[in-house]
Amino acid sequence: MSTQDVAVLGTYQSDFRTHDMSQTYVEQVQKAAIGAHRDAGMCVDDVDAAVISLAPTFFLGVADADRWAIDNIVCAGKPVLRVHTGGATGGSAVHIAYSLIQSRMARSVLIVGAERIAETPDAQKVLNLIFDAFYERDMPLSTNTLVALRACAYLHRHGFTQEDLARVVVRARRNAMKNPHAHLKGDITVDDVMASKMIAYPLKLFDICPRSSGCAAMILGNMDMAKRYRTNPAFVNGIGSLSDTYWMGDRTGPTADTDLVEYDLIRMAATTAYRRAGVTDPLKQIQVAEFYDPYSVNTPISLEQAGFCSRGTALRLEKDGYWDRDTGAVAVNPSGGTLCTNPIAITGLVRCIDAATQVMGTAGDMQVRNVRRALATASGGTAQFYNCTVFGAEPTHG
Amino acid sequence: MDNGLAEAGHDVMSDEITLRYDYALGKVAGRFMRGLKEGKILATRCSKSGLTYLPPRAYCERSFEPCDEWVEAGSQGVVEASTIVVRGYEGKRKAPVAIALVRLDGVDSAIANYVDGLDLSDPASAMTRIAPGTRLRVTFAAEREGRITDFSFLPL
Repeated sequence: MSTQDVAVLGTYQSDFRTHDMSQTYVEQVQKAAIGAHRDAGMCVDDVDAAVISLAPTFFLGVADADRWAIDNIVCAGKPVLRVHTGGATGGSAVHIAYSLIQSRMARSVLIVGAERIAETPDAQKVLNLIFDAFYERDMPLSTNTLVALRACAYLHRHGFTQEDLARVVVRARRNAMKNPHAHLKGDITVDDVMASKMIAYPLKLFDICPRSSGCAAMILGNMDMAKRYRTNPAFVNGIGSLSDTYWMGDRTGPTADTDLVEYDLIRMAATTAYRRAGVTDPLKQIQVAEFYDPYSVNTPISLEQAGFCSRGTALRLEKDGYWDRDTGAVAVNPSGGTLCTNPIAITGLVRCIDAATQVMGTAGDMQVRNVRRALATASGGTAQFYNCTVFGAEPTHG
Repeated sequence: MDNGLAEAGHDVMSDEITLRYDYALGKVAGRFMRGLKEGKILATRCSKSGLTYLPPRAYCERSFEPCDEWVEAGSQGVVEASTIVVRGYEGKRKAPVAIALVRLDGVDSAIANYVDGLDLSDPASAMTRIAPGTRLRVTFAAEREGRITDFSFLPL
């Protein structure tokens, strides 16, 4: 059986902010689904299946809220799957839709979701529940403190400072000024980042993403659908996805398979995606990287592990402007990335949308010139899941 | 009562969900927690792979053979990663607190816990005392309840 090419036919993302009290979860999901259908010029009968991108449902207090959304996206009578890999969920949802089309189980698939984490003031408690009930939960472990553990070790190992991390935030917020959907944006300085309040060493408030509410959707389709509905689609050229150990402590020491500090999973997922996409030199072949970077330290680690520079050099290159939008070696998170907007359930999907629209030339003010390939990544579940998606202007198989 | 996040002009319906659990520890975690009560940190070892695990587990995750031996972890270990949590969390120890992933002597993996015995009034300088590579020792609480917080780490 020949391999199918898979194209991006339509996308939608809302503006993101702390909370949206004007509509419910399912109304947000519906709005995103309608937006993607309209962008693709498709009607509901053109879509064969849906993947709902939904992370821990206790943020919104409705267990398995994907069920609630099925009617709203006109999918009763169609296969509907929900995927949940924590923060990596949105990327996983794209991978499932891609696989359904590649395997010829569907001509086209809707990927859709919404996040409304501000529905509860107890989000930190929900996040603490992802840690081990017996061995970890009695400690103040959260995504913030997990990343703080990694960040301290990363700075210590490679000889960088909190100021070096602060430059990542300055660039992200500056990029986000061109993104109408971004939650946080603006001209800030290293001093502003340094003056923000300490949360967990070495991470200060500005090193950490906001919690965002909003919705997003994407429609993927096979080549027949692409010919019918999209003049210049982006193609999914390659995907890579991996999981790691449950306990962080299993990723330390000389006998461990992976390194908690360096986050090798990124390299392993990127290597697979690059091989499938025919990417041999990411710095030459990829013009935009939309990394899942909810913390300043995630950006340099992602750049190093995804092959854009060698280990322990990304923060030095950041200082030299290598990752700047228009004048750098690769445009890193021209959207402002996850540091500026983090609607957890759909952040990975938004990364894919921001990468695909760069390839399609529909990124608006965020558009980077001459983008032939863009990388989107997602990370979730105490860095236990990682996925990479390479979008390109040409189909993989032709 | 609303949850404090409501915006003016929008209606809310409030709810509070309380769920209760009695987690069965199982044989392996049960033995570990009983060990803590006796002032011991018990790890499991697989003779086939030679790997020793903390937290302990029933089967080796490389050889997929049973972990066939219980061993007592060393009373000292090396910091793999550490942080000082400045902004606290409800229901946990009051911030600031230091936490670290420490790989105890004789064990292949690291386990997380609080680090006591540090002056946290200047967190930046306290961080240097728990930097990666630093050796710490285990200390047990006087009153133990068979819970992970029965022990913590201390500078040497």
